[in-house]
Formats: sequence, C-alpha cells, structure tokens
Amino acid sequence: MNSPLFFLSYFVLSALVLVTAMAAVSFRNLVHCGLSLAFAFLALGAFYILLGAEFLGFVQILVYVGAVAVLIMFVILLAKPGVEERRWGWRDLVGRFAGVGVSLAVFLALLISVFRSPSLAVKAPEAPVFSIAVLGEKLVTEYVLPLQATGLLLTVAVLAAVIFASQEVTKK
Amino acid sequence: MNFANLSFDFGVGITLHTYLVLSAALFCIGLVAVLARRNAILVLVGIELMLSAANINFIAFWRFGAHPEEMVGVLFALFSIAVAAGEAAVGLALIILVYRHYKTINPSQFRSLNG
Repeated sequence: MNSPLFFLSYFVLSALVLVTAMAAVSFRNLVHCGLSLAFAFLALGAFYILLGAEFLGFVQILVYVGAVAVLIMFVILLAKPGVEERRWGWRDLVGRFAGVGVSLAVFLALLISVFRSPSLAVKAPEAPVFSIAVLGEKLVTEYVLPLQATGLLLTVAVLAAVIFASQEVTKK
Repeated sequence: MNFANLSFDFGVGITLHTYLVLSAALFCIGLVAVLARRNAILVLVGIELMLSAANINFIAFWRFGAHPEEMVGVLFALFSIAVAAGEAAVGLALIILVYRHYKTINPSQFRSLNG
C-alpha cells in the first residue's frame, strides 16, 4: 500500500473526488451539476476499489452512478427552471455566507479533532482481506434482520415515491 | 527503473488521517450545498455527498481497523448505500410534488405545507 503507483492513484482520485464534488455543488446550470455528481460518484467508486473494497466500489458505481445520478438528472430535466435565478436579496447573501462559514468551521473542527488523535496515525495492514463469500454469508446469517429491514425500507420507499409522484396537483 | 519497487514515503505515508481528512472535506462540500444553495435538488445532492463521506469513513476504518476479516465496515457501508438510494427516491419524489404545487424548487419559498 506504499508503492508510488498507489500514492499517485490515491492523490489523483482524491483530487478528482473533491474537484467534481465542488463542481457538483457550485455550477449554476443544474444539468452540469448532475453530470459532475455522476463523475464524483464514479471517482468515489474507484476510491473504494483502491481501498480494497472492490465489491463495494462496484455497488457504488451501480447504485449511485446508475440509479441515483440518473434519477437526479431526470428530476432536473422535469423541474424546468434548470438555472438558478440571478436575483440576490441581502437575505440570500447572508444565508450563503453563513452557510459557507458554518461549513468551514465544521471542517476546521473535524481537522483539529482528527489531528489531535495520534492513535489514528496508523498504516494499513498488508494484504486486503476482502471476500465476497464471507460478505454474503454474514449478510444472510448474522445480519439477516438488517437485510430484511432494508428490503422493507426500500419497498416502502419505492411505493411512497410512486404515490407521491403520481398524485394530482391539489387545487389552490 | 523499476517503478513498483521504488520506495519513497511522503514523511509518514498514507495513514488513516489522510482518508479522514478527505472524508471531512467531502462532508463539508455537501454541507455547503445544503446550507448555501437555493435549490432543493442541490440540497439533496449535498446530502448524498455527506452520506458518501460517511461511507469513506466506514471503509477506511474497516481497512485500517483491528479485525478487517469481520467485514463490519463494509456491511455498514452497504446498508448505508441502500438507505441512501431509498432516501434519494423519496426526496426527489417530494421535490417533484412540491415543484408542481409551488412552481419553484427554492426551499426558502416553501412557506406553508398544508393544502
């Protein structure tokens, strides 16, 4: 995990994740935001693979890039005002500056707390131990209840989404 | 020059810290989207980015932790991805519903929720 190639891919991938995520939240045109988001999720999937969790990387690409990003693109194209209006009230400006300030404060607090815990400065053990067989076995034995609960949750979520989206517009 | 055997360390090498810093940065980018954008879809995008930051943490702690063979971090991240997908579906359906009613997706314009 300390070869130059690993360093290179680590830095390229993390820069890609951060840049595309920043692009996804800062473009004015929502279609550009959706595309950058898809790239950010793709880079995150590659990042998971780099960390040794191959299966999770492919799940991330399937679920996030294939479903969530496409869903967000559909909604962006359905909700017509794809470009944020340019009018800015002072209330909006205060809200934006406060939001950025709060986020920076949270980031600094996280950084300080991360670097003040020296027990976190560990290197990874060699040889990743990812095995899909073990994962599947655990999923249907030890974690069968969370699995069923997730299935129920997804069913309810899909039903709710269909019911919400197919409702008639209520009269004002 | 054999590239793979060329060993150099940037001081300490890649430790758990670097992953946690990356995940903190991603989390705060999502937080900016939630707090500072005037668009409900981008708020949802920000929430997805924050959930992804949490997933990075799960996997990094799994990779660097004491018992990686237990797969707990990977399983947690797997469930988190499933829940995030459901959340995105419901959230986007709600956004479409609200858009039909108000003809806008600016969250600060959603003044009343009844009727």
